[in-house]
Amino acid sequence: MRLWVLILAAIILSFISLFIGAIDIKPADLLDWDSQQAQIFLISRVPRLLAIILAGAGMSIAGLIMQSLSRNKFVSPTTAGTLDAAKLGILISILLFSQAAYMQKIIFSFVFAFAGTILFMQILDRIKFKDPVFVPLIGIMYGNILSSITTFFAYEGDLIQNINTWLMGSFMLIISGRYELLYVSVPAIILAYLYANKFTVAGMGEDFAKNLGLSYKAVLNLGLILVAIISTTVVLTVGVIPYLGLIVPNIVSIYMGDNLRKTIPHTIVLGVVFLLICDIIGRVVVYPYEIPVNVTVAVIGSLLFLIMLFRGRAYAK
Amino acid sequence: MIEIKGLTKKYGNKPVVSDVSLTIRPHAITSFIGPNGAGKSTLLSMVSRLIDADTGEVLLDNKNVKSWKSSELAKRVSILKQSNFLNVRLTVRELVSFGRYPYSKGRLTPEDEQYVEKAIEYMNLKEIEDKYLDQLSGGQRQRAFIAMVIAQDTDYILLDEPLNNLDMKHSVQIMKILRQLVDELGKTVVIVLHDINFASVYSDYIVALKNGKVVKNGPTDEIINSEALREIYDMNIPVQEQNGCRICVYFNSHT
Repeated sequence: MRLWVLILAAIILSFISLFIGAIDIKPADLLDWDSQQAQIFLISRVPRLLAIILAGAGMSIAGLIMQSLSRNKFVSPTTAGTLDAAKLGILISILLFSQAAYMQKIIFSFVFAFAGTILFMQILDRIKFKDPVFVPLIGIMYGNILSSITTFFAYEGDLIQNINTWLMGSFMLIISGRYELLYVSVPAIILAYLYANKFTVAGMGEDFAKNLGLSYKAVLNLGLILVAIISTTVVLTVGVIPYLGLIVPNIVSIYMGDNLRKTIPHTIVLGVVFLLICDIIGRVVVYPYEIPVNVTVAVIGSLLFLIMLFRGRAYAK
Repeated sequence: MIEIKGLTKKYGNKPVVSDVSLTIRPHAITSFIGPNGAGKSTLLSMVSRLIDADTGEVLLDNKNVKSWKSSELAKRVSILKQSNFLNVRLTVRELVSFGRYPYSKGRLTPEDEQYVEKAIEYMNLKEIEDKYLDQLSGGQRQRAFIAMVIAQDTDYILLDEPLNNLDMKHSVQIMKILRQLVDELGKTVVIVLHDINFASVYSDYIVALKNGKVVKNGPTDEIINSEALREIYDMNIPVQEQNGCRICVYFNSHT
């Protein structure tokens, strides 16, 4: 697949995404800058599109980094407890400070996402049985344990509804002023690209990396920090989007290999395309209402994940 | 020059390598041999700073390898471990290019490209340079890894059982290439070998380990004889000369 084909697809889908929704807006309406349509376009449609692009690119890159560093094709923010840990962090910030400020939520969510992912990497180091299919199962169990802790304390603190908004990934509530945190993931993605060679070398394993003179631990930590930053910004603005970081990097890996400097641009654009398609489907099937994007992503994503599991056992090893 | 001084490594209370001292002679192939669990791989890993020694030190040009900057050391010493388990989808050329990482951090200069090109030609990989590693046979993959090490252009090349899982033809091929690296390019090769006959035919020096200690250390001729081998392996191993090679016939030996 050529990069420009993907970019073209992303542009067309972006255009479609801007002009569907409960209120009918035509490109011609935008000529009148003061019309209600133009206002809606600026306050709701454009932010929504930007949020989709940033979240799609971010989650795909986060998944790519995790797969490279863990040397397992099935590790991603969804299958390593990262997103669940971020959620737990948000809950604890709410419990500790009854009126948690946005900044406190961000910090707690980041610290938990980072620590939770490191803990999972430690568990991975320790288990002897390393069937590539087995690893994400452990990760999902681990994520569910974190999630159940979150649910327990949320129940005790009467916060179930509050926490459920983080659980459900959706672009429905994205309006201008409520998504800007996502821009934090832009420098994270740029850093990921600048460090692409280091991540590829680290992905060849600790011995290999040391042979080439790479400070393995430092690269590992940097990678996990980037993953935690991206996951935090996405969970706090959009909510949990499952499978994205799992499916997209794997598709790119199948047709382009694992040289991150080459694959990162494709991973970014394919992530955007995938999420745009899922969001558009969610907005069209029950029009004028909509299905949250995490549902469409989960349906399409889990299907693709299953195909990968059955077809790709040999490839993943 | 690499000097090993009093290296000891314990796992729990059990010493795997205890108080090993030796000097690696330059421009030669030195083979580490010995029974299972003798500490050969552990010793090699300590020499190449992959694992830390409990006590003792490894000196490269009279300077402890731990005090070398790791990117500088990577230009002098390379190590290849059981690389067949690598599950990264890279093409042969990409892999070999990463051999230049210590020099260019992945942004290849024209000079780097030359090294890569030469390494690929040296290992006869030109035809398959755009294939992914997971599409190759075991022997081709091993050659690709050695090409990477050649591109890394280090004086010292350390290899941990590079013949594992290779058939006879490929094993001979790899050993001949290592011989060329020493004879033509003046490299120093240190290799852990399981098959004593490969050690006998291809190496200049042999270091025999047993229970973590050096039991024999010297030119190949002095080690490949029945008395020395009995001491190393606790086996009666007749040695026969064939086409100028000394072959150990251990297959039906009485212990």
